[in-house]
Formats: sequence, C-alpha cells, structure tokens
Amino acid sequence: MEREEWLALAPYGLDRGQKRALYRSWMARLTAHHRQCCPEYRRLLDALGCPEDALLEPEELPMLPVSLFKQRRLCSVPAGEVFKTLTSSGTTGQQVSRICLDARTSADQQAVLYRIMADRIGRQRLPLLVLDSKKVLRDRAMFSARGAGILGFSIFGSRCCYALDDEMRLDLAAVREFAQKYAGRPMLLYGFTYIVWKQVLQALAQRGERLSIREGVLIHGGGWKKLENQAVGPAEFKAQAARWLGVRQVYDYYGMAEQTGCIYLECPCGHLHASVWSDVLLRRPADYGLCAPGEPGLIQVLSLLPWSYPGHSLLTEDMGVLLGEDDCPCGRKGKYFAVTGRVPQAEVRGCSDTYEG
Amino acid sequence: MTNLEKYDKLFLDAFRIPREELPGLKYRGIPAWDSVGHMDLMSAMEEAYGISISTPDLLSFSSYEAGKAVLEKYGVEL
Repeated sequence: MEREEWLALAPYGLDRGQKRALYRSWMARLTAHHRQCCPEYRRLLDALGCPEDALLEPEELPMLPVSLFKQRRLCSVPAGEVFKTLTSSGTTGQQVSRICLDARTSADQQAVLYRIMADRIGRQRLPLLVLDSKKVLRDRAMFSARGAGILGFSIFGSRCCYALDDEMRLDLAAVREFAQKYAGRPMLLYGFTYIVWKQVLQALAQRGERLSIREGVLIHGGGWKKLENQAVGPAEFKAQAARWLGVRQVYDYYGMAEQTGCIYLECPCGHLHASVWSDVLLRRPADYGLCAPGEPGLIQVLSLLPWSYPGHSLLTEDMGVLLGEDDCPCGRKGKYFAVTGRVPQAEVRGCSDTYEG
Repeated sequence: MTNLEKYDKLFLDAFRIPREELPGLKYRGIPAWDSVGHMDLMSAMEEAYGISISTPDLLSFSSYEAGKAVLEKYGVEL
C-alpha cells in the first residue's frame, strides 16, 4: 500500500491481519529510510547488529527510547528541509525532546489528526473554546508541546476563544459570552487535562458558576500524572466537567510530541484506541518481552508518519495495559488500551537495553 | 473594493509584506505565514467573505494561488 492509500484509510478500518501486513511493509521502509538518511540511527542499528533489509514482524522492530530525543537531535532529512523543531518536556526541569519536522511529516500529522477527529466531531469546523491562554502560542521559536497541541486542534475551530488570560486566570466574561453566542450548537472544547482541571473546573467551582455547554465535545490530553496526587481519575474528571461546564461528551487522548498527529482518542466506551496510522505494544519492564493480554507494561508506539526523524518505533516511559483488539463494543477495529501511569523515575535508557534480538 | 482587492489586502495586512511578494507566495514560505499566521488568515477570510471553510480546504489553502481556488469553491469570484 502506498502512502496516499494509507492516508486515505478509514481511521479504524483495519483488522489485525490487515494492519499487520501494512506495518510489516511500511516499518521496513521507514527503518531503511532512516538508516540511510540518519547517521546516528544507522550507527545505533549497526551497533545492535540489526541486519539490513530484514523483513521483521512489528514485534521484532528495533525501538528507540523516547529519552534519546532529549539527548540527541536525530534527523533524517537535509537540514534545509526542516522548518520546525518541536520541543517537549514531559516533566519540568528535565531536558526537552527536539523533533525535526519537514513539510511532508507535518502535513501527514495534520491530515491524520483531522481524520481521527472527524470520526468524532464530523467534517465541519466548530466554534472552539481553548481551555488555555493564548500566551502559550506567542513565543513561536520555543514551540512547546502545549502550543503544538492547541495549534494542531485549532484547525477544527471556526471561531476561537481562549478561556484563560495571560496570567492563566479564567476569563469568565469571555467564556460566558462565547457559550451564550453558540448556545445549542455543537462546540469543541480543547485543553490539557491538568490545566482544564486546575484552571477551569476548579475555578468555576470556586465561584459556584455553572455553565451549560450541553452540545460541547471536550477533548483533553497530556496525562494524569499531576492529578494523581489529588486523587482525580477519569470518572471524577468527567463528572466535574459535566457539573461545571455542562459538557457531557468528554474524551481523553494519549499522545506525545515524538509522534504527533496519530493520537489515541478515547471512544464512548472509555477506551483509548489505536488508529490505522499508529499502534501500541506492551512490554515487560524487566526484559522488554511482550506482555500477556491484561498484563501491565511499558508502552511501545509504532507510527507510519515519522519521515523526517527516526521516530517510527519508540519505547515510551508510560505504563499501560492492552484491553483488547478488534472487539471494542464501540465497533472500532484495532487495539484498545488504558494508560496506567509513568515508569517510576522514568529510567528506561540505552538503546541496547531495549532491543529484542 | 473588488473581491480580488480584498483578498490581496487580507494577505498584506496579515503578513505585512509588499504587494510584489504575493504571486507565488507559499504557506511557510515566509516566517509570518506559519501555522499561527495561517489560522489568523483563515479567520480573516471567513469574516471578509462571510464563509465557513472546511478543515480539508483549510489544509489545501497552501499558497496565494491555491487559496483563490479554495475561495472559488465557496462561490467567491475573484
């Protein structure tokens, strides 16, 4: 299947066998491309003894730990073709990842994000309430993951309103006006989980102000780590979003700067789903062997999109559990899973540790 | 102002460039026309012509010329 063909696939249309065939051929193409064009990647694979032209099963692919992008700038296209370097830091104080993007990779990321979102909200652009401050977009040189998330989702917005001011305080007047203006019509709300909770839901609760955005769809991501201390889980989050914003459709997503676009969006049954453009494998932290079904493990992510940097097979620092494949009651094909937390101390390091020979 | 004059003016106002640079101007061809600049330009287009551009069309609005074809789809004659 060619790139144009897989870009046009239905987001959740491939079953296990079809997806395996696609990944067997495309992962080999991507590995060969990065090996040829990224000297550091080539050295790593050579050092690991990965044979060239090997047609590997998805489970056998070499994988890079995401932390490697914090240590090195890995790039598979000529420097002149890189127009944006996306940066992310999972946790404050840590080093940031640097991801080089060229026009092709960036366009594919946008196209795929559109297809995944259209599956949920339809093809029309909707009034968009960004549950963040416009300030995060202003410094364009230092492009944060939060800014990238907001920009990525802004293509789904027609009219756009930022709920927080420059000091990250809730701009209640602006939000109220926006909600009233588009009352009764579908509306998209987007933000980072922790910021939605802390700066929006709690701020509304403190003021005792209940909004009624009943046709709103709230999409949020960025993880639960910061909310764990406050014992806030998905059920509580949804309940508070319904109580204070009036929003009844609330969907979490799992994604990362190292593989932008192909997000894992929560379905109405509460499961995170892999689309046809990416996949997850669960691995035992002790030896990186594959987990048995239902056994929690480290999340490995595969994606068809990374062309300008060798990020098509990555070992994350997140723990998760595979819930099933092709049989979610929502009807979507592919794997579905839950993210259960971060690796303690996030000490996955060293490529040679992670390779399955 | 004709529709074409309006179209040009939206570019000139959004990106602060001289008129000679318009032909052949591409998305990401100049620093100002990045993804933030793009969304601002799209909002300005929608407001000026009273239209609502779909996401795929917004993504194919990739140059000064390609944008004209997009607007024509929405019945804006330039």
